[in-house]
Amino acid sequence: MSAAGARGRILAVNAGIAIIRGERGEVSVRAQPGWQAGDLVDDLTVVRAYDAGDYPGPKTEVARLPRPRLDALHGRAQALTALRAFFAAREFVEVETPLLVPSPGLEIHLDAVRAGGGYLITSPEYQMKRLLAGGFDKIYQVCKCFRGGERGPHHASEFTMVEWYRAFDHLDTIMKDMESLVHTVVRAVSHASTVKIGARTIDVTPPWPRLTVREAMKKWANVEIAGDEPAADLVAKVRRADVKVADGTAWDDAFFAAFLARVEPAIAALEHPMILEDWPAPLAALAKRKPADPLTALRFEAYVGGIELANAFGELTDPVEQRSRFEEDLRIRGERNREVYPIDEKLLAALAEGLPPSAGIALGFDRLVMLATGAASIDQVLSFTADEL
Amino acid sequence: MYDTSDIRKGLKVLMDGNPFTVIEFQFVKPGKGAAFTRTKFKNLLTGAVFERNIRSGEKLEPANVETRDMQFLYREAGDLVFMDQTNYEQVSISIDLIGASHDLMKDNLPCTVVFFNERPVDVTIPTFVFLEVTASEPGVKGDTSGNVTKPATVETGAEVAVPLFIRVGDTIKIDTRTHEYVERVAK
Repeated sequence: MSAAGARGRILAVNAGIAIIRGERGEVSVRAQPGWQAGDLVDDLTVVRAYDAGDYPGPKTEVARLPRPRLDALHGRAQALTALRAFFAAREFVEVETPLLVPSPGLEIHLDAVRAGGGYLITSPEYQMKRLLAGGFDKIYQVCKCFRGGERGPHHASEFTMVEWYRAFDHLDTIMKDMESLVHTVVRAVSHASTVKIGARTIDVTPPWPRLTVREAMKKWANVEIAGDEPAADLVAKVRRADVKVADGTAWDDAFFAAFLARVEPAIAALEHPMILEDWPAPLAALAKRKPADPLTALRFEAYVGGIELANAFGELTDPVEQRSRFEEDLRIRGERNREVYPIDEKLLAALAEGLPPSAGIALGFDRLVMLATGAASIDQVLSFTADEL
Repeated sequence: MYDTSDIRKGLKVLMDGNPFTVIEFQFVKPGKGAAFTRTKFKNLLTGAVFERNIRSGEKLEPANVETRDMQFLYREAGDLVFMDQTNYEQVSISIDLIGASHDLMKDNLPCTVVFFNERPVDVTIPTFVFLEVTASEPGVKGDTSGNVTKPATVETGAEVAVPLFIRVGDTIKIDTRTHEYVERVAK
């Protein structure tokens, strides 16, 4: 069949997509607004044609998911099964907390999605901590979270988070959990201890190499971070390292300018996973400061092949400091014209009642599936992306 | 005004009086850090490409550019002649504006032409074209391993590397971005 000049009859048409049988019996699919079933058409440019015997039936090319997507979704299901088995074997209790809440996460750089007079959660953290205060020791959850405006190769506005917490335990235990979980899930899906990132093969067998954030910033960005320097001093240090930042840049923005320009690309190029621990206090978020070193927070982040996989805290349990951090975050949100959310008073009440010393972590499940299946984009491991709805 | 959530490939914006089109963009959001969109722009007049980080909340000015669907008619010296299918107006456009893929263009090919101040500044041709092979040496029998290719000439005169099983008279699908053979269109 020559592509141009073919003739055929439209078998069916829906939303501008037509199934056409050409004059030689081949069946093809193409789009043309205005066509109706039964029309005779000339001069077809055949996008993809099947011999009559190969015609795939009513599942047309339009409805059918491409093979790599089907495989990735099977991988996703295996990952979820392996993950639940992992936590069951360690006697964690799976919990489900509400997705629709009156007070979403107050982080400065996250925007919650409004729904039903409240907000969809940006993370299940607040309610899970209330469960810890209520008497649970080891809990985990796999749930959807929603973050307005996030859309990229590693981001989707609606995504799946895995969070787990250990009461009366340390951040180191959480780190070991995380390394084993990633290793277990990768093995369950790919039957290997390695993940493929482009042309690279990265071994995720524990333990993973670690650096402190200060070491990493010194090594790759040549910036010495104190943690209590004024923002203007950090801006000057970052400029001396040849990274552009504007006058009046806030402490965290100046930090991330250097971090994203120098440290993240270096970590992304490593042939092994990397854990960055001991974050400077201004980036503590909901982490406790180290008792012996108040300029450093008990926080780590895990990276594999350029993917930021997980963020963990030795949890802040002091209700007074928690309230002052919430208020500070809301003040900054107000200054930057971002929506100011209500403070979750029930969380603060639970902290006041007594949250045991705890450590917890949030891990992006979609990103874990990307690693396990070798997908280059989060789109490839979602059943449907927002654009496909 | 556009904000960062409007950024997509092909968005036309005005910066310092020049029209730019977005050719690549990536959402970047470090954990606990501020989000921005790392955006690569092409100057529609000079073709120069540069990268800028647009912070969430920043605004971009739309460029006053017009996009018209046009049909490629024929070649004339170093120019290609296009026709607007709504008013039959014809426009000559320099081959330089189209680049290496111009030799894959067959008569009647539907294209999109961008005008800035009435001047054609950008031409987008379909990502895939379907062209008949007009000349190619027969492949050597037995050598059917994966990546062996041979040159073939298609009806527009362009040369494309094709697998050995392709014969004169076959219609092949070609990616105009890479100038590469994609697949044979079934007989």
